[in-house]
This record gives sequence, C-alpha cells and structure tokens, in this order.
Amino acid sequence: MAARGLRLGRLLVIGVPMGWLLLFFLAPFLIDFKISLSEVRLAIPPYAPLLEWADGKLVAMHLQLTNYRYLFTDSLYVSAYGYSLQVAAVSTLLCLLLGYPMALGIARAEPARRNLLLMLVILPFWTSFLLRVYAWMGLLRNNGLINNFLLWAGVIDTPIQMMQTDFAVYLGIVYSYLPFMILPLYTNLEKHDGTLLEAAADLGAKPLAAFLRVTLPLSVPGILAGALLVFIPVVGEYVIPTLLGRPDQLMIGRVLSDEFFANRDWPVASAVAMMMLVLLVVPIVAFQRLQNNAAHAR
Amino acid sequence: MTAADNGAASAPLSAAQPCVRIEGVTKRFGEFTAVDDVSLDIQEGEIFCLLGGSGCGKTTLLRMLAGFEQPSAGRILIDGQDMAGIAPYERPVNMMFQSYALFPHMTVQANVAFGLEQEKLPKDQIAQRVEAMLSLVRLDGMAQRKPHQLSGGQRQRVALARALVKRPRLLLLDEPLGALDRKLREHTQFELLGLQKQLGVTFVVVTHDQEEAMTLANRIGVMDRGRIVQVGSPRDIYEYPSTRFVADFIGSVNLFEGRLTEDEADYVRVACPELPAPVLVDHGVSAAPDATVWVAIRPEKIQLLRERPEVADNIAQGTVRDVAYMGDMSIYLVVLPVGRELRVTRANLQRKEEEIFESGDAVWLAWDAASPVVGTG
Repeated sequence: MAARGLRLGRLLVIGVPMGWLLLFFLAPFLIDFKISLSEVRLAIPPYAPLLEWADGKLVAMHLQLTNYRYLFTDSLYVSAYGYSLQVAAVSTLLCLLLGYPMALGIARAEPARRNLLLMLVILPFWTSFLLRVYAWMGLLRNNGLINNFLLWAGVIDTPIQMMQTDFAVYLGIVYSYLPFMILPLYTNLEKHDGTLLEAAADLGAKPLAAFLRVTLPLSVPGILAGALLVFIPVVGEYVIPTLLGRPDQLMIGRVLSDEFFANRDWPVASAVAMMMLVLLVVPIVAFQRLQNNAAHAR
Repeated sequence: MTAADNGAASAPLSAAQPCVRIEGVTKRFGEFTAVDDVSLDIQEGEIFCLLGGSGCGKTTLLRMLAGFEQPSAGRILIDGQDMAGIAPYERPVNMMFQSYALFPHMTVQANVAFGLEQEKLPKDQIAQRVEAMLSLVRLDGMAQRKPHQLSGGQRQRVALARALVKRPRLLLLDEPLGALDRKLREHTQFELLGLQKQLGVTFVVVTHDQEEAMTLANRIGVMDRGRIVQVGSPRDIYEYPSTRFVADFIGSVNLFEGRLTEDEADYVRVACPELPAPVLVDHGVSAAPDATVWVAIRPEKIQLLRERPEVADNIAQGTVRDVAYMGDMSIYLVVLPVGRELRVTRANLQRKEEEIFESGDAVWLAWDAASPVVGTG
C-alpha cells in the first residue's frame, strides 16, 4: 500500500515535467520537422500539406529534402552556421577565462561577503536584457560615450569603429552571458574542501601547482556546466549580433528569423532550425560524456 | 616529587638541540586567544601528544607547526631553524589530516606520489619510493584504486603513506585514529608505533582521546584554554596530575576539596568535609597550613570492604547504589551518608568472585596513603 503510494508519488513527480516537455518541446519539434519536409506555398499556412486527402482516403504524400539540400547549396547558410559556432566557441572560452577567476574569488571570499558578490554578478538581470544591449550601443557608437571621451581627451582624432564589428559582438555576448559561466563554476568551487589545498601545500606544492593539480581538475564538472550554459544559447543568439554585429556576416539565429518573418519561407526556416539542433547535439553529447566521466572519476 | 621534574626526567636524554622548540608562542584570532604563551621542546624520535578538549588550542598549535597559521607572538624552531615566514610547502614537516584530505580525483599511487613530484625527483625514483611506502603500510595491490573505493582504515594508511613518503623530519598527526572504529583503532595504534620506531620520525600527535594519547605517546602535553598545563609521561600524567584540571581530565577520578591540617615534608593530612576521616597523603605539598587544597583518588585505588578496617585515616562508609559489570572489571557507585557519590572500580580477577557486592550493600571504602594526589592549582 505504502509502496504503491510511493510509486504513484514518483510517477507524479516525474510525470509532470515529462508531460510539459512532451507538450511544449517534443510536439513543436515534430511539427517543425514536418514543416521542414514540406513545400513552400503562398497560402495560410504558407506551406503545402504533407498528406493529401480525398474522400477520406490518402491520395498522395509529399516528402522532400530539398529544403535541407538548399541549405548546403547557398553559401549564406554554411557561413552563418560556421560563424555562429565560431562566435559561440570563442565567447565560451572568453567567459571561462574571465569567469573562472571571478568564481574562484567569490568562492574563496569570506562567507559573509559571498552573497554580496554573487548579488553583484546577478544584478544586471534586474534590467531588461534588450535595454542593456542598447546601452552598449550608446557606449560603442561612433558618437557614443567612449569615442566622445577619447576625442575630447585628445587620444584619437577620428572615432574608432566599434559598432558592427566582431569586437562588439564578442563584448556584448561575453558581457551578457558571463553570469551563466560564473554561477555553476561558483557552485562547484564553493564546495571544494579547503583542507585539500592545505594538504597539497603540506606536500610541497606551491600555490600555482596546487591550483593546477587539485582545484582545476576538481572543477571540471563546473567548467563543463558553465560552458554548456554559454555555448548553446550563444549559437542561436539573435539580438546581440543583430544590434551590435557586422551587417555582412549573419549568425544563424538572424538567418532563421529572416527566413521566417521576412521571407515567409516556413519550410526553409524549419530546416535551418533542424540543422541548428543537429549541430548543437554533437557538442552537447560530447560535453555530457565528459561530464559523466568526470563524475565517475570522483 | 612533583610532576614537573618527572616530565623533564622522562624526556630522552639528548644533549643535541631539540627537533622542535616552541618559545612563548601565542596565537590570537581577534579577541580570542587560541594558544597562550606555550613553550615546549620536542626531542628527536619522540612521540609527543598534545591532549585536550575541543577548543583548547591543540589543533591551532599543530597548524602553526605545519605553517598554516602564523604565531601572533613567539618563535617556532625546527632543527634550530626559525620557521617564521616559511611557507608550509617549504617546511621539513608533513601532516596527516584528521579528514585525511586525500585527493579524490587521484589514485592511491598518485596521492602518494604527489609530494615527491613536487620535489621534482626522477620518475623511476618516485615510483620506487611510492611502491616501497605502499608495501610498508600494507597497501600493495591498492595502488590503482581511488580513495572512495577504500575502507576507512585503508584511507588512513594512504594518508599516512602520503605524508611519510616525503621522509619528513617531523610528522604531525591530527586525531590520527579519530575516524576509525574501536577494533581498528587498537590495531592501528600498534601499527603506528611500529612504523614510527622503524622510520625514526618524530611524531607530534593531537588528540582529545586520552586513551589514544596514553598508548601512543612517550610524553603528553595536556592543554587547557590555550595553555599547556602539564607535560609528562603517560604514567606521570595519570598518577601525578599537577592540577585539578589534569586530574579530572585524564581518566576518571574522585575529587574532594579540603583543608590542610598537617603539613610535613613527607606527608600531609587533609580534612575533607565530605569524608568522615582525614585523608593521609604520603607526599608533601607546597601550600600554607590551613590552605584549601584538592585531593584526587583514582577509582581503582579504592578498596571495597565489608568490615571496618583498623585504621584512622583514609576510610569512608557508604552504600552501593549501582554496579556496572564491564567484564574485565566492575564499576561501583557508592553513596556516602553526606550524599556524595564515589566511583570505585574492581578488576574481576577470578571467574567466581568470592565476595560480590550488590546494589544496596553497606560497604567500607579504604585506600593507601600512596594513592591520593593532593594539590592546590
């Protein structure tokens, strides 16, 4: 009786999020997949049905992969995919290089100060994301705050072109996604047993050696979690590259939105989304495997 | 005889400089004084135990020897070299941590090799020394295991091997047996003694467990509120506690307050309000006549009798309240007419005890003049 109650409880606990995912992730995914296989059409909805019915009988099925083939024939898509992956990889690395010392600093701060420092990391979230990107535009523009100041100070004669460059994209992305690197890293580092470092020192390891041999290997799960949280959303990032980035080099998120809203080509937009998913699954699986290994190693 | 010259006499007689010299070391954390003006010499090859309750400063003192804390005042010399400003990784000292602090992501082999790798020794030499050390602590075959795959006793031996493989001048052990169960502790205690004898390393052990201190140590330093209150061999500490605190802390004891009525060079008499007869003690005490003193009598030094013995001193009458049969011995709680409870232990020497005291029996208690300890501090 009690066992059955427990089983029912477990079923509920697992079932609710499971149902949520099925309804709002798997179902849209399947619909999207279906659209990606159909033909574009000037109608509402703007694509041809896969199955053709007449008198309650299936008369024809239109399945085609042309939308996918199209992605590889037009260099726009390939370059957008490549650029997105590059931006995501470089940004993740930059976030890690910046975020690790910050997370370590917070984790090693006095317990009473840690919450304050964490608060400062989260503080930007109190303002709208869009607003913060606009604020960067105000700073980076040719007649923006930074250029005006440098001109006034006599450091430069002509404004530095910062907007619509890779620099602006990286700056915006690293700025926006840094907390997602810091928080999982902090969670990991904060749990480290301080006596391990004392033991390392006692055995003759200088602070750098102790960090490299003890702290760093033990923080791999945190690094992977943070990298995953930055890399995946950055691949599909739309707002930052659109507002700050180069007009001649699109990221895949922008392409997707253009296909969908400007071109009204739902099938190709769906195919773009599917391909993005495929491209993301590879690193996610690799990350997860690494993480499992790291977890087993403990 | 006082306990102080006892302690000095039992230290190894070596004219050479001590392995560790602690000179007037004080450690303050803000307002709190953890270690208060401690001076101590620890000789080469000795096992020295710092014994005390929690918060007495023993661990802080150990951490200052390791270099994790810096003294607020005073000096620590190891082999005559002042350790001020010398980082933990530069000291000829290794420590076995209470939690063992094994690196969870490394194998047993890598844990033990870690310290030697920091010395940048050649690889084959490291492998050789690690292997030899692992077989010394009987962990051969475990080299490729991770710490979480080991039992508590095995982890303890990895921690010991990891510290000893560096061939330190001084090994610091923080509650080395604290995490082991009782059977394993006894076994490990003797193993530890054997290893120490074999390697000749000086041990400084911190413990709150007097049994651990008694079996391991050549000398014990009892600490209370940041100060060392007595240094001596386990026997001195037990038989000749110099203060009331030590008498009470080590083993169990019956403590009385009393007034000094007779004060001669080789004996004293103390009148204790809780005892009907005066207490005769066969050693002197440096106190003014009529001074208030304490008297301590160990439970195993009190005899239980049916009849009143023919003596005037060192007796009391009471009723057995409780008997706890422990197998090798029994503990009797005897209540005196004034309501004071005394603890008496008796070894169960024979399987069939000729005289069995039971709860409710009226008994006489008696002890030798050589048994009580008297003091003022």
